[in-house]
Amino acid sequence: MKKNTILCSLLVLLVSAALCACGGDKNTETSSTAANTSSEDTPTTGGSVVFGMTQDLVSLDPHQITDAGTRSVVFNIYEGLVKPTSTGDLEPAVASDYTISDDAKTYTFTLRDGVTFHDGSAVTAEDVKYSIERYAEIQGESSAFSLLDQVEIVDEKTVAVHLTEGNSEFLANLTLAVIPKANEDPAGNPVGTGPFKYVSYTPGQNLTLAKNENYWKEGAPYLDEVQFKFIADTDTAFTQLQAGTIDIMNYLTTAQVQTLSQSGSQFEIVEGNMNLVHAMFLNNEYEPLSDVRVRQALCYAVDRDAINSFLFDGKSHIIGSHMIPSLQTWYEPEAETVYTYDVNKAKELLAEAGYGDGFDLEITVPSSYSQHVDTAQIIVEQLAAVGINATIQKVEWSTWLEDVYTNRNYQATVIGFDGTLAPSDWLQKYGTGVSNNIANYSNEEYDSILEQALAAIDTDEKAALYKELQMNLAENAASVYIEDPADFVAMDSRLGGYTFYPTAAWDMSVIYVKEGAGQ
Amino acid sequence: MKYILKKIVTLIITLLFISLITFTAFSVIPGDAATARLGTDATPEQVAQLREEMGLDDPLPERYVNWLGGAIRGDFGDSYQYDTSTVASLMADRLPVTLILAVMSLVLILVISVPLGIVSARYAGKWLDTLINQVSQVTMAIPAFFLGILITYIFGLILSWFQPGAFVDPSVSFWGCVASLIFPAIAVALPKIAMVVKFLRNSILSEMPKDYVRTAYSRGNGKSRVLYVHILRNALIPVITFVAIIIAEIMAGSIIVEQVFGIPGMGQLLITSISARDYPVVQAIVTYITAIVVIVNFLVDILYRLVDPRVKA
Repeated sequence: MKKNTILCSLLVLLVSAALCACGGDKNTETSSTAANTSSEDTPTTGGSVVFGMTQDLVSLDPHQITDAGTRSVVFNIYEGLVKPTSTGDLEPAVASDYTISDDAKTYTFTLRDGVTFHDGSAVTAEDVKYSIERYAEIQGESSAFSLLDQVEIVDEKTVAVHLTEGNSEFLANLTLAVIPKANEDPAGNPVGTGPFKYVSYTPGQNLTLAKNENYWKEGAPYLDEVQFKFIADTDTAFTQLQAGTIDIMNYLTTAQVQTLSQSGSQFEIVEGNMNLVHAMFLNNEYEPLSDVRVRQALCYAVDRDAINSFLFDGKSHIIGSHMIPSLQTWYEPEAETVYTYDVNKAKELLAEAGYGDGFDLEITVPSSYSQHVDTAQIIVEQLAAVGINATIQKVEWSTWLEDVYTNRNYQATVIGFDGTLAPSDWLQKYGTGVSNNIANYSNEEYDSILEQALAAIDTDEKAALYKELQMNLAENAASVYIEDPADFVAMDSRLGGYTFYPTAAWDMSVIYVKEGAGQ
Repeated sequence: MKYILKKIVTLIITLLFISLITFTAFSVIPGDAATARLGTDATPEQVAQLREEMGLDDPLPERYVNWLGGAIRGDFGDSYQYDTSTVASLMADRLPVTLILAVMSLVLILVISVPLGIVSARYAGKWLDTLINQVSQVTMAIPAFFLGILITYIFGLILSWFQPGAFVDPSVSFWGCVASLIFPAIAVALPKIAMVVKFLRNSILSEMPKDYVRTAYSRGNGKSRVLYVHILRNALIPVITFVAIIIAEIMAGSIIVEQVFGIPGMGQLLITSISARDYPVVQAIVTYITAIVVIVNFLVDILYRLVDPRVKA
């Protein structure tokens, strides 16, 4: 008797506690109303957004950050003299105007009036000089900043950046964050000039930002608060998206997109690109792969369209070299069609190279990235058709970084590389002996064109040379280039304004709550 | 007194041994903290600089001694993966969460499984026992991650009884935290409840035919009195050991449940630290887990003596 009472009261307790737990949630039933008003797209100011991401931040010190994910987040806190636009251009930010000397050796910036840091202090020429010099020191000699001669403070409002050699691409590097010289702890106390200011950061949990009321750009940002929430597991993140705990999530799989579209109109799916060169990179020094015919055979044997339609619903942009299509000025579309899926041609080339019976190939992939693992699996099937016995070796990300990336102890690997708006950032890594030349590519012609391209000042001339480099990589099959993968972003349909950038940026300043959608 | 001293020495030796093993394991597996943090876009200078800051270039024995020296003084150093956090601050954030979850799960396990186990034994072979048995069987068979997903899906997405991912930090609101951990605690507790029920039932049943039970009956004791006063005392001894293992397990952080529900506890910290090669954090967590296991075992020994005075050290 007594036991039964205990059990009963326990059950009652549990149920009531569970009911309490959901009392405070914010899962409001806006889906139906939002669906009705989705045509009405008038931005309102105010509101808050939770952006779900599957990685944590590497640092909040803008000069120490190396990875695309963190850069995409701090894009909202920091700005450089210039900043990237969604079309891939550079617009003045902390500077209001700039001039580049004819020899591209001197970049002169006029600071914008009334730009203040988040702590209220005005941005001075001193701060700009300090930021550039600090960044250059951290990046070191093997970066583009080896060209930096000196930063000159011309007057209170004017800063001149002098280079040792002319380089017309250097402007892209000056997107580096301008931070106050007086701040002794940029990582722990992040202060910038961007549309949002830092509020709090909890490792493994979230980063909270608040609206910068004094932002120089009129009317921006719309939102009062933005939270970036870190959820290591994609499935958990997706559940939280469905539950309304997070409002925006990117890099969805096609299956997730399908689930969302079946469940009604609570979410809007925005499509863009990941800005990645997604490829099966080949170790050009590894025995069968050192033969250009073998590499070409692999390019013929891999059906890029099949990968695209299988993994990205055909929404990715097929590429044929190491450059993303959104960098229109520099991109060579002809590289896309150097190889078309052709099993017979692949077999012929293999026979010519003396591998008519095929060979064994180990494809190393980082296990935590399902996109790369899935791609590798499709490739294995495709290579089997030409007699190549490929196997997948799954490794942990840290292991991949050390074994494959740093030590280049691999045969083939499926991975994606990002880059900046400067074309050299993408193409320099194929220079002979360069530290991040993962493919171990070495081609004399390439090296000499690269040198000319870097030295060229005129944009047209430069673009022509960079396009030649892309064709060189394609024709010599440096690796099997696949696509710039489609990026599916799910956004609560009460929100609007999501904008893709051709570089690492998740711009929250353009996101708004639609009028009538409520909060 | 001598007994306690002996236990403390055992604890210290175990901790030293385990920390040495962890350290060695970490230096053997590929990947280092500097490249893990900086990724593919860093210049070689940046990697070199960070390696130096982290002291990764120092010889192995020196690094271990440095760590040990700090740990003895209670200083577990700085985290490698989070540039502004010390190991102590990370642990201080996570420990309360894991402990709250552990206590909640434990309460659930005990209040549910002990009565159920007794009922099941008392009505052995009857329909109630069969029912409890069947349900336990099913609960035990479900893997923890699937149970977590199931709970999230049914109670979170369909019924909206709780909001998946809406975790409340204990520093913000203790009761808010407790409320947000109810379903995760259920996910942790369910399979363990099933196990304890079965364990206790079988333990009671195996005591029933023993001589002392017959003696107790012959002295005129009623069924309930024999069960609660005589049998249960003896039957609980193996169950205590079993529960102790469970306690040590949930105090270490329920890695899978934390992952599925998005709870920032020790288990989640351990996972991210291993993949980031964040050696100082891993070392500290491993030390913590080892200490928990040894201490829980120590407490169990003491508890044994209370339940059964015949037990000697």
